[in-house]
Amino acid sequence: MSFVQNLPFFSIIIAMFSGILSSVISGKKARNLSLFAIVVTTLMSGAVLAYCMRTGESYTYMMGHFPAPWGNEIRAGVLEGLTALLFGVVMLLAVIGGMHHTFRDVEEGKINQFFIMIDLMLSSLLALIYTNDLFTAYVFIEINTIAGCGLIMIRQKGHSFTAAIRYMIMSQLGSGLFLIGLSLLYDVTGHLLMSPAKEAVAAIESAGNYEIPMLVILALISVGLAIKSGLYPFHSWIPDTYGYATPTASAILSGLVSKGYIFLLIKIFYRVLGMETVLASRIVNVLFVFGLAGMIMGSVHAIFEKDTRRMIAYSSVAQIGYIYMGIGLGTREGMIAAIFHVFAHSATKALLFISAVGLYEVSGGKKDYRSLRGAGYRNPLAGIGFAAGSLSMVGFPMLSGFISKLLFATSALQSPRKMMVTLLVLAISTVLNAVYFLRLVITLYSTRKSDEAQSSGEVQSSDHAGTVKSGVQEGVAAQRWNLKISVACYIILNLILGLGSQPIIDAIARGLEMFG
Amino acid sequence: MSRKRENYEKSFLFRLKRWMDGEVDLLENGMETVPLPKRRRYQEVEEKLSSKSEKSASGRGELSSDREELLSGGKKRFSADAEEKALRIYRRIYQVMSVVLCLSIIFVLLWTIAYLPVFGNAGNPDNNEVSARYIEKGLQETGAVNIVTGMILDYRAFDTFGESCVLFIGSCCVMVLLKIEKGSKSKKNQERLAKSQDRLYEPKNDVILQKCACVLVPVILLFGIYIVLNGHLSPGGGFSGGAVIGSGLILYLNAFGFEKTERLFTEKTYRRITVSALTFYCLAKSYSFFTGANHLESGIPLGAPGDIISSGLILPLNICVGLVVACTMYAFYALFRKGGM
Repeated sequence: MSFVQNLPFFSIIIAMFSGILSSVISGKKARNLSLFAIVVTTLMSGAVLAYCMRTGESYTYMMGHFPAPWGNEIRAGVLEGLTALLFGVVMLLAVIGGMHHTFRDVEEGKINQFFIMIDLMLSSLLALIYTNDLFTAYVFIEINTIAGCGLIMIRQKGHSFTAAIRYMIMSQLGSGLFLIGLSLLYDVTGHLLMSPAKEAVAAIESAGNYEIPMLVILALISVGLAIKSGLYPFHSWIPDTYGYATPTASAILSGLVSKGYIFLLIKIFYRVLGMETVLASRIVNVLFVFGLAGMIMGSVHAIFEKDTRRMIAYSSVAQIGYIYMGIGLGTREGMIAAIFHVFAHSATKALLFISAVGLYEVSGGKKDYRSLRGAGYRNPLAGIGFAAGSLSMVGFPMLSGFISKLLFATSALQSPRKMMVTLLVLAISTVLNAVYFLRLVITLYSTRKSDEAQSSGEVQSSDHAGTVKSGVQEGVAAQRWNLKISVACYIILNLILGLGSQPIIDAIARGLEMFG
Repeated sequence: MSRKRENYEKSFLFRLKRWMDGEVDLLENGMETVPLPKRRRYQEVEEKLSSKSEKSASGRGELSSDREELLSGGKKRFSADAEEKALRIYRRIYQVMSVVLCLSIIFVLLWTIAYLPVFGNAGNPDNNEVSARYIEKGLQETGAVNIVTGMILDYRAFDTFGESCVLFIGSCCVMVLLKIEKGSKSKKNQERLAKSQDRLYEPKNDVILQKCACVLVPVILLFGIYIVLNGHLSPGGGFSGGAVIGSGLILYLNAFGFEKTERLFTEKTYRRITVSALTFYCLAKSYSFFTGANHLESGIPLGAPGDIISSGLILPLNICVGLVVACTMYAFYALFRKGGM
């Protein structure tokens, strides 16, 4: 057994251990420890990916002295390594980019608690990616949910408490349904480990037993994880949650947390229930329909929204819809497109949230998107970042969003019954995306002159100009290196995903093959 | 002819009926209750209206503007009423829909259960090689007489580590939410700090409670310690024993107040105990996972089954879990009570 094979286990334990240690050290040290943990785990994920690409096979890792069906086990393959690597990079950049705001929004004595949440969030995401055991998955879903609530409410201002309570209720509902599904599955298969459970499911299917329980299990697990990742009719927690948390938390929650659940769902589809069972049960059609509804409705909500961050959050609803639509196509190509969109969206959405912060800072910190007029000139890099993210969401060539839209469209061609409606909704959704994202970008790059001419006659104009000026001054002070680095790296990541997409798509395909 | 009851208003049934109708609190006069705040929205509108009418009364001579203002105020009042009504209707529909939804989910789940294997049947799918090995070889492989403890702390120790991290992060979240920074200067926090001294309002030094606590607390703590230490021999373990110890600490706190408990248990002790317990758990189990996965001998003796010091790592891990659980329970109580320890 080569040493590299230990790395998935090491990365989970390092993230957890740094979370535990963070509770006794000061905020700054906790930050350094957290950054260290994220960098190390990301490097480890990269090594795991390289190892799996080289050997061309996945492996399981025994957690303890007891072999598979008796003890715990984790599993690593190409897809796991790739996802962990990308999630690590996105998380690192999100923490760096929102650092200034984290230290400003969070009470001084509680900063180390913030980094505990970040560390445990990282460890739970890694565990959700690497897990080969259903109950381990549930335990780490729990950690993930509680850490998510903590990340939202740690701001302790305004709406963040309400947002955290909404998130908690919806998320616990999802966890509850998932747990019920899990216990029913254990009752009919007798296994919690994924590989033996899959054999048992196949045996049940061929014998024709337990048809109704299997259907209910499938529905409960899919719906539970869909609620947790914010599929359309269960999206009501998304705008509050992403809109009122600290920027780092918004970027992590929208970019990574919901994607972790989607990854788990795909893993359960492939490695436990078996894709044939899932297709035969037609649950994918349900996901497909709700995905389509989300694509349209998320964008429509976003168009009517005035608050920039809530607008980006509603766009997340639409993008989650895209991913479920890809899963719902039921073909291998559709699944590849969905997974690629998981990557593309986590890179892009985090970029949008982080660069929006840079734009706020130079515009007096107002929520309304119209206050961002001309902000693209005042903070050029953040403006470019926001524009790049928006264009990627709309599907501009060279950026990651274009590739995923292309993949969705080509994969739709292969399932004739769903082709027309997919292409139609894809087109409508792209247009709707363009409506609000381009509106934002145009606002960013339109000058303030007409605005000022209009308001010069009014009494408040001097007051207005005063606030803007102070906002600008504050913004100049706040144009820190960390935001710049973060935005620049996100743009590069987006370009990598957009221009060098072929190797990534190949890797996803290989990873799905390994899932079996 | 039925007996006519005098002072029916004071009878329990009458008060129960009124409580059911939502008119009064059942514990009226029995407890000090905080008056419910008026509905805010309505109040705001009313305040605005009254201030407006005052203003219009003071501004003499401008009859027309007065009238306009009064009219617009009336309109506002009307729209507020309509809004309230719409909200009420919406709430009613919402309640009905949620009940229907819950009932249908309950129905589906019950229906599913009808198709599941019969509980306790020997031929069930979950009666397979997994449980067989736990039962047959559990004692020999883990050294724990209590098979459940052997399962959660040896066979599936990774899950249990996750569970104790759930407790840890839960207490962190409660701390974020409820802990009041002593040093912070913001007005809101100062107010909360002043309010949190709730012991001022309570009867101090309740003799009955203190005497009972004197007898009970040592017994409870000893029993908790017994459960933790014998986790691998008899029913119990870290989670249940820790809960017992935690409740003993809470009883002590209730009887003697924070001043006494702070002598032995402050936030610093809490942090130190939790972190060292979790760190030990993490390192010990990492060692065990690493050696296990790489097929190395762990070199931890299992001892003779049935002894207190036996079954390898299970006893120390049980102690760690017990400490974490006890501290978390106590911390929850203290944080909810006064926002600090």
